[in-house]
Amino acid sequence: MTPSRWRFEFTMTRYLTRFLCLFCIALTARAALDPALLKPLAADDADKRIAAIQKLGATANPEAALVLKALNEDNLYVASGRLYRLDGERAFDAASGDEIKPAPDNGEGITINNRVRGEVANALAALKLFDPDPAVRLASAMELQSGVTPEMAPLLARALEKESEARIKALLTLAHAEATLGDKDTAVRLAAVQALGASANPNTRNLLTPLTDAANEPAEQVRRAAYASLSAVESRLALGENVGRVFTGISLGSILLLAALGLAITYGVMGVINMAHGELLMVGAYATYLVQTFFRNHLPAQVDWYLPAAIPVAFFSAALVGVVLERTVIRWLYGRPLETLLATWGLSLILIQAARVLFGAQNVELANPSWMSGGIELLPGMVLPLNRIFIIGFSLFVLSLVWVLMNKTRLGMFVRAVTQNRAMAGCVGVPTSRIDTLAFALGAGIAGLGGVALSQIANVGPDMGQGYIVDSFMVVVLGGVGQLAGAVWAALGLGVVSKFLEGWVGAVIAKIAVLVFIIVFIQKRPQGLFAFKGRFVEN
Amino acid sequence: MRSVRPPFLLRLLQATTRQGWLALGVFLAIAVVLLPTLHLLVPEGSPFHVSSYVITLGGKLLCYAIVAVAMDLIWGYAGILSLGHGLFFALGGYAFGMYLMRQIGRDGSYQSDLPDFMVFLDWKQLPWYWQGSDSLLWALVLVLVVPALIAFIFGFFAFRSRIKGVYFSIITQALTYAAMLFFFRNETGFGGNNGFTDFKRILGYSITSPEMRVTLFALSALALALTLVLGRYLVSSRFGRVLAAVRDAESRVMFIGYNPLWYKLFVWTLSAMLCAVAGALYVPQVGIINPGEMSPANSIEIAIWVAVGGRATLIGPVIGAAIVNLSKSFFTMAFPEYWLFFLGLLFVLVTLYLPNGVVGLVRKLKQGARS
Repeated sequence: MTPSRWRFEFTMTRYLTRFLCLFCIALTARAALDPALLKPLAADDADKRIAAIQKLGATANPEAALVLKALNEDNLYVASGRLYRLDGERAFDAASGDEIKPAPDNGEGITINNRVRGEVANALAALKLFDPDPAVRLASAMELQSGVTPEMAPLLARALEKESEARIKALLTLAHAEATLGDKDTAVRLAAVQALGASANPNTRNLLTPLTDAANEPAEQVRRAAYASLSAVESRLALGENVGRVFTGISLGSILLLAALGLAITYGVMGVINMAHGELLMVGAYATYLVQTFFRNHLPAQVDWYLPAAIPVAFFSAALVGVVLERTVIRWLYGRPLETLLATWGLSLILIQAARVLFGAQNVELANPSWMSGGIELLPGMVLPLNRIFIIGFSLFVLSLVWVLMNKTRLGMFVRAVTQNRAMAGCVGVPTSRIDTLAFALGAGIAGLGGVALSQIANVGPDMGQGYIVDSFMVVVLGGVGQLAGAVWAALGLGVVSKFLEGWVGAVIAKIAVLVFIIVFIQKRPQGLFAFKGRFVEN
Repeated sequence: MRSVRPPFLLRLLQATTRQGWLALGVFLAIAVVLLPTLHLLVPEGSPFHVSSYVITLGGKLLCYAIVAVAMDLIWGYAGILSLGHGLFFALGGYAFGMYLMRQIGRDGSYQSDLPDFMVFLDWKQLPWYWQGSDSLLWALVLVLVVPALIAFIFGFFAFRSRIKGVYFSIITQALTYAAMLFFFRNETGFGGNNGFTDFKRILGYSITSPEMRVTLFALSALALALTLVLGRYLVSSRFGRVLAAVRDAESRVMFIGYNPLWYKLFVWTLSAMLCAVAGALYVPQVGIINPGEMSPANSIEIAIWVAVGGRATLIGPVIGAAIVNLSKSFFTMAFPEYWLFFLGLLFVLVTLYLPNGVVGLVRKLKQGARS
């Protein structure tokens, strides 16, 4: 769990408990607790205490919740056999809830160990199941998905009876089933096992597996039901896993796409092989870092909004670097691809070293804005991180931007004209050399945008671009040179396929397999997935 | 009347000019006789003593020069830019490194018959591909055969599909990248990211002794001389002329009735084997081989050696490899921060202003002086 996500949950629970307290205090008609029930809390015997806590949890009494909360926060005291809890300076009788005046000062604090504390937390969660607020009940039911004990069964049954919300009911059914799994009555066990078939929790697998064995479960019908439920749970888990893989695959694909889109313009459309493309990503990422630093120093209140501000900065700084590269080096090497390759490799070395000199060899630290932290929980244990979702959206945005620029603007039309027939385009008045510069700047700027996205999920350092250059060339080559659509399909396909392969054979072998696949694929279809129809003469 | 072709050996001898043989003779006299003598027999304090640093650096440069000539055969004469030649170099190094690892015997830190990294991985016996690696002869066979086989298979499919130009470069880069990842794994059985090191001896003789050092140095010099003679023969033969024709106008060569596949494939495989030999000579001299040698950056650096020296000349790559690597030694000692700037600028300036490299520059100056 990421720290930010943890913080989010922490504040949520704090909010909920506060709400609960307010609610309890507002409740005027209080039902007093049986002092005999409270007595063992002061006992030295941990087992007796736990029994008492569990009983308290099963009372569904708001007063019990206050007592347990006080116990959890070390605010429960005992003075001459009478239990009371402290709330700030004020003392309240634990059983009746009446304020004691004056507050006793000879009380002895009740301290509990971690085992007991865990029980208290469970009992508190159980009590919250009867809260009038559905949100509190839902949170409590979710919390109960782990740590259900057989003693909770009657409580859960009662909560289930009262519950009207379908979602909470489903969760409670699972918890109740888990609690009654060891029941003596075969019919109860059977019902429990059948109910657990609807679970999507990986832990359920461990609960059900022993019950398919005759050594643990005497009744054959229960064993059969357990077996059926187990396979239902397993197929559901497998589905979840696959959905997760597709998601991470698409996420990887969108990153590849962002890295490759700029290349699709410079290499695919213009035929310039730019080995410094990865370093243009780096320029974008460092521009993002600089914008973040600026916001931290001058606009600390708006620091969360540094990312949108970084988008144009990264685009234009990478585009500027692109213009400089094109005007000084690449322009003189048009039509000599191998020389371009070597020269741009040299440029990439210079850019890497420049970044090292300017920013140091260490990675720089970039924080996700708070609105990009956290995630959406699809299934228990499967969280889709928000930053990944944002990047998928961002790559869609960049993709449509490129598409519009290339197909709907005058600049795009000129670029296509120049790439198709440079001489003729020049004849009808297209300023070909300026178009070259602009197109290269556009490709570089897109790479800068890719750098913004990468800065949110990957390390930002001088060498960061090197890792993407081979991959992005693979995407462009696989998709077919001169094709934006090809790049999209190739990026997504590569992303999803490599994530599935990673699941089966591990990351390194998956990477090798993908590279080998591309090498073989190029043998078969050198023109890529999507090629221009028709014949053309090479050279 | 059809003239009779002279026998192969004669053609091989005739390919190199009288001047060429003279130059080679001088070179070998220096590398095989003079320098070893100065290193072994002249006492250390004497101004004529050649230090072990010079011998090791020289040995490294000779190996690099072989790689550069191999690269030139494929790039300068056949127009195929490989960005994966570091792979063949490293494979040759690994194949010979296996033998060196076995020669450590029980002197490793675990005193086991197995190489240390296998003990570390808790392996109980040698994997099948390590069988026979304790024999020098088998190691030499591996050095030549494994890279050649990989180059042949890869080249066959690539050239058959007529992949060329930048496509071929990128794919070879992917190939060496994939191999690097593969060798980084511990389970591959080649020492993971530490590779092979701590070599002790060859054929029972200590690897750190001055005698072994000059032997390896002289062998490298000999290998370079042979590479140059072979290269000269190849490029001046009929084969070499077809190859140059393939480079300049492949479609036309095909229309005349040649199949470029076999020409390219032969020179590609030969180039890979030369690289492997260089790698095998390199590893005992520097004492380490690890997957970093397969990184794409290393392979692309080989191309710049050739470009600096001058493509499609045989002496050019040797000069280029020496210039670049001597500057590297100089910069990494004196100004480590500026080395990448220098190398990057070298890439840019050579491609922009010296398309024929140093050799081309010298030729131009000579022509200018003559006219």
